[in-house]
Amino acid sequence: MNQTRRGFMGKAFGAVAGVGAVGALYAMKKSWDPLPSVKAAGFTTIDVSACVANKLIVEKWRGKPIFVLKKTAEMVASQNEEQAARDIVVGDDHFMIAIGLCTHLGCIPAYREDKKDFKCACHGGEFDFAGIDTLAPPPSPLVIPPFKITGNSVVLGEEGPEYKKMKESGVIA
Amino acid sequence: MAHFEKANSLNEWLDQRLAVNTLRRVLAKEYWIPKDINFLWAMGMVLAVTFGILLVSGIFLLMYYQPNVATAFDSVNYTIMQEVEFGWLWRHVHAVAASVVFLIIYIHMFTGIYYGSYKKGREMIWISGMLLFVAFSAEAFSGYMLPWGQMSYWAGMVITNLFSLGSLEVNSLVEWIRGDYVPAQAFLDRFFMLHVLLIPLAILALIGIHFGALRIPHVNNQKGEEIDFKVEAEKYKAGNKAASKVIAFANDFMSKDMFVVAVYLLFFFYLVFWHFNFAMDPVNFDPADGLVTPAHIYPEWYFLWSYEILRPFSKDIGLIAFGFAQVIFFLLPFLDRSPNAVPASRRGAFMLWFWIMVVDMIVLTAMGKLPPEGIFSTIGLVAAVVFIALWVALPFITKLEKKC
Repeated sequence: MNQTRRGFMGKAFGAVAGVGAVGALYAMKKSWDPLPSVKAAGFTTIDVSACVANKLIVEKWRGKPIFVLKKTAEMVASQNEEQAARDIVVGDDHFMIAIGLCTHLGCIPAYREDKKDFKCACHGGEFDFAGIDTLAPPPSPLVIPPFKITGNSVVLGEEGPEYKKMKESGVIA
Repeated sequence: MAHFEKANSLNEWLDQRLAVNTLRRVLAKEYWIPKDINFLWAMGMVLAVTFGILLVSGIFLLMYYQPNVATAFDSVNYTIMQEVEFGWLWRHVHAVAASVVFLIIYIHMFTGIYYGSYKKGREMIWISGMLLFVAFSAEAFSGYMLPWGQMSYWAGMVITNLFSLGSLEVNSLVEWIRGDYVPAQAFLDRFFMLHVLLIPLAILALIGIHFGALRIPHVNNQKGEEIDFKVEAEKYKAGNKAASKVIAFANDFMSKDMFVVAVYLLFFFYLVFWHFNFAMDPVNFDPADGLVTPAHIYPEWYFLWSYEILRPFSKDIGLIAFGFAQVIFFLLPFLDRSPNAVPASRRGAFMLWFWIMVVDMIVLTAMGKLPPEGIFSTIGLVAAVVFIALWVALPFITKLEKKC
């Protein structure tokens, strides 16, 4: 066999092996993606009509704790622009709805009704009642999950017009 | 086919087919070890034995452990601990060995640093050793997940969150690693696979490379003396063992190794039978709950120093400092600019560097365990800065070192 034929065989083998390797890596990547059943279970409907002002309710969405806090009239009135921008309004009520995991390392902060703020026991981070970080180490506000308002309920996992608006105005990164 | 004579013994029969005599010669009888080394050089053998213990105890745990989020906790804390005869033994042996193996790894590492055993042709020993350290860290972390207690769950949450890469917020990568939005069934299954198959395979391969890396440069010695192994080996083989600077690995040096191993095993089983609790976190005796965080999340003692480097800074800087701490030890052979492969006690400023590093890592370990408040945070911050500063200073102080 002459050298050009040998070289051709080498390149042909390399090409076949390359295609095989890329295909295998793609399959490996895909098989580690969340399963369809996991993705399908990624929606939660929360009925907020029974909420009591200044009482934190913790729901579960995608395995994560979700903070639902109905704001009192004073809380709504005292809000600055940044805080108000994060309000989720259902009917006449204003809510803070956010994933209840500290944006530092993912602990669950506790709500202090008297101080109207959240305190994370792990590393001392604090958030106000709108979910905005007020004391380091958390680098950013509590995350607002994708939501859609339907009547008295909030569906988590779906992007409604209110959510999209928040996204456009930069409230949600 | 090759021609075979009739074998007169089992050994001869095997030698014809497996070359057992050649293997024995290369691996043991003519593998040369300097005479001038102390018990700290036996830590490699201690580690090999501990890994063997982990493998055997792990196999017995594997027979009753159930990698399912609903049953994992009980399969460990009820079935293995209460029902399986001697299940408690395998669990305590496995847990204590998993903790003690890091103590020995650190001693092994710092012995290497003290005696300069990472330089002048021994770089691959150091690098393969550091790869083993990383593999053992991954093995320890994935094993920590399996009982599916509160610390397992939240350690899994926090560590996988690191892959969102701080402000870059690459949450899709985190979800890909978990196979779910939070640590759940997919997460437990894949970490189970990593713990019992993939990482142990990698560890076995790396141990092979680590041992192989010793063959050409040979092990260092207490004085850092350059030995001509060929000449010394000839003296030994000629029967002049007293004049030779080396001895054979087996059975000569092995006897010393085994003595150290025996003393170590007394200490090890003392821990297994009387102090197994040090390797058990009380928080991990609560089943995993995604809606309740433990008051204070901390890793096992052997990760505390790098955890404390992450903690006192803001998120992104902390992550960079943490990444720095994970990779910087790999670069030691190249950051140390001095050609002297001698004990730190003969190297001037490097000795200071070595002991400050040891003390600093102990301080970081202590602060990592304490709650991050007030003076502890400040000490932790200072210690983390000192750690980074030491590595930045290393090339300069070793460059100034005289050739000795």
